[in-house]
Amino acid sequence: MRRAIPRRLTQTTSRANTENTLVKLYPRQRHRVLQVVTKLVIPFVLMFGLYVQFHGDYGPGGGFQAGVLFASAFILHGLIFGLQQTRRVLSPSVLRVMMSLGVLLYAGTGALTLLMGGNLLDYDVLAHDPLHGQHWGIFAVELGVGITVTGVIVTLFYGFASKR
Amino acid sequence: METVVAIVLLTFLAIVAVGIIVLRDLLAAVVLLGLYSLIAAGAFVVMDAVDVAFTEAAVGSGVSTILFLGALSFTKHEQKPRGNDSIIALIFVVITGGLLIYGTLDMPHYGRADSAAQMHPDLAVRFLEVSIDEVGMPNVVTSVLASYRGYDTLGETLVVFAAGIAVLSLLGLKRRRPEEEAPEDAPGDTPKIDPDDVQSQY
Amino acid sequence: MSQAIGLYSYWIVIVLMMAGLYIMISRYNLVKKIIGLGVFQTSIFYLYITMGKVDGGTAPILVEGKELVYSNPVPHVLILTAIVVGVATSAVALALIVRIYESYDTIEEDELKAIEALEPDA
Repeated sequence: MRRAIPRRLTQTTSRANTENTLVKLYPRQRHRVLQVVTKLVIPFVLMFGLYVQFHGDYGPGGGFQAGVLFASAFILHGLIFGLQQTRRVLSPSVLRVMMSLGVLLYAGTGALTLLMGGNLLDYDVLAHDPLHGQHWGIFAVELGVGITVTGVIVTLFYGFASKR
Repeated sequence: METVVAIVLLTFLAIVAVGIIVLRDLLAAVVLLGLYSLIAAGAFVVMDAVDVAFTEAAVGSGVSTILFLGALSFTKHEQKPRGNDSIIALIFVVITGGLLIYGTLDMPHYGRADSAAQMHPDLAVRFLEVSIDEVGMPNVVTSVLASYRGYDTLGETLVVFAAGIAVLSLLGLKRRRPEEEAPEDAPGDTPKIDPDDVQSQY
Repeated sequence: MSQAIGLYSYWIVIVLMMAGLYIMISRYNLVKKIIGLGVFQTSIFYLYITMGKVDGGTAPILVEGKELVYSNPVPHVLILTAIVVGVATSAVALALIVRIYESYDTIEEDELKAIEALEPDA
């Protein structure tokens, strides 16, 4: 009967386990610090972008700044992890839809105000009360701007950073 | 005190601009352009333009630097060395600058509240008084941008969209680099031979 | 003297503008020209923002209850649009430069002119 290999030789230590996981998650050894820090920082950047988008009414901010911040998070991901991984996260077809969706949202708000009886982009008619109508109109418009700017800037980055 | 800060930042801007003129290495010039945008963003904060500072810092020293570096990675990094700089351009620039400085002698001094731009009853005065009643949000810049001047912002969004489309059709999403293989430890991806080309991306 | 201090910001803006203009007209490298365009654009933004500043004012975000002096918000709106349009222009210009480099293998303007003179495009 063959003697079983003693367990101590095949059992991996917990430190080796952690290193294996690290190697699988972050395959490029020389940039591991950058990769770990990037994965920690990106959610905060995205959250800050959302904050700036929706608090543009009460402080500095608005659609453009939020769109650029959002795109910066994806650009950081692309710089550190490689463009192929970022294209798996945010694929170019989604970007195409995002670019057009923002403009559609903006112009659609204008068309909606026309249909509801006001002038183009006259937000007063959007709700029962002019103040609420302005609030909803500006919300939709800034959202459209933010989505378009995000899509366009990440598309620009893909165009300039890609290689065959 | 604010005036001193503004003057010092402006002097830095001028020094950085002279640095950009003199440098022959394009990579260094692009980095200096990012620095220029960042100092300008700081100067905008001193001028109480917080929205503009935010956008300039994010767009000018963030996105614009990335785009320049991406374009530089496709092309060379240095200007070709030239013999002598053109004297005619320098003379022209000095004359134009002199004429412009002569033209600013009539302009309102920095910070005066009685200039035409501040006193016009239909613009700033009206927006600051009426905006809280008609639009109801504290940030006057957002209310002017999205509500009073919403049509301009629609045009601007269309311009951004058109730029995205233009770059998409010029560069596509997969390009061939001058060097065919990536260096060993670059945090980029390894090139693959891809059967579909640029046109079939759409 | 007080005139100099009051107008100093305009003069420095003119210096920056002329620096950008000099880069654009005297350098032959196309990327350098676009860098000069960026310098020029940012100096123009500074000119507009300077004109909107009020002494003792604050950012045009209304604070309830207090009577404050606010800086003029209209130039800020114009410059926000201008910044974004500027980066869009720069991006398209850089994409064109990349394509020019791929077609002609140079981005110096005089070499491009020489190539154009040798074989004029149809």
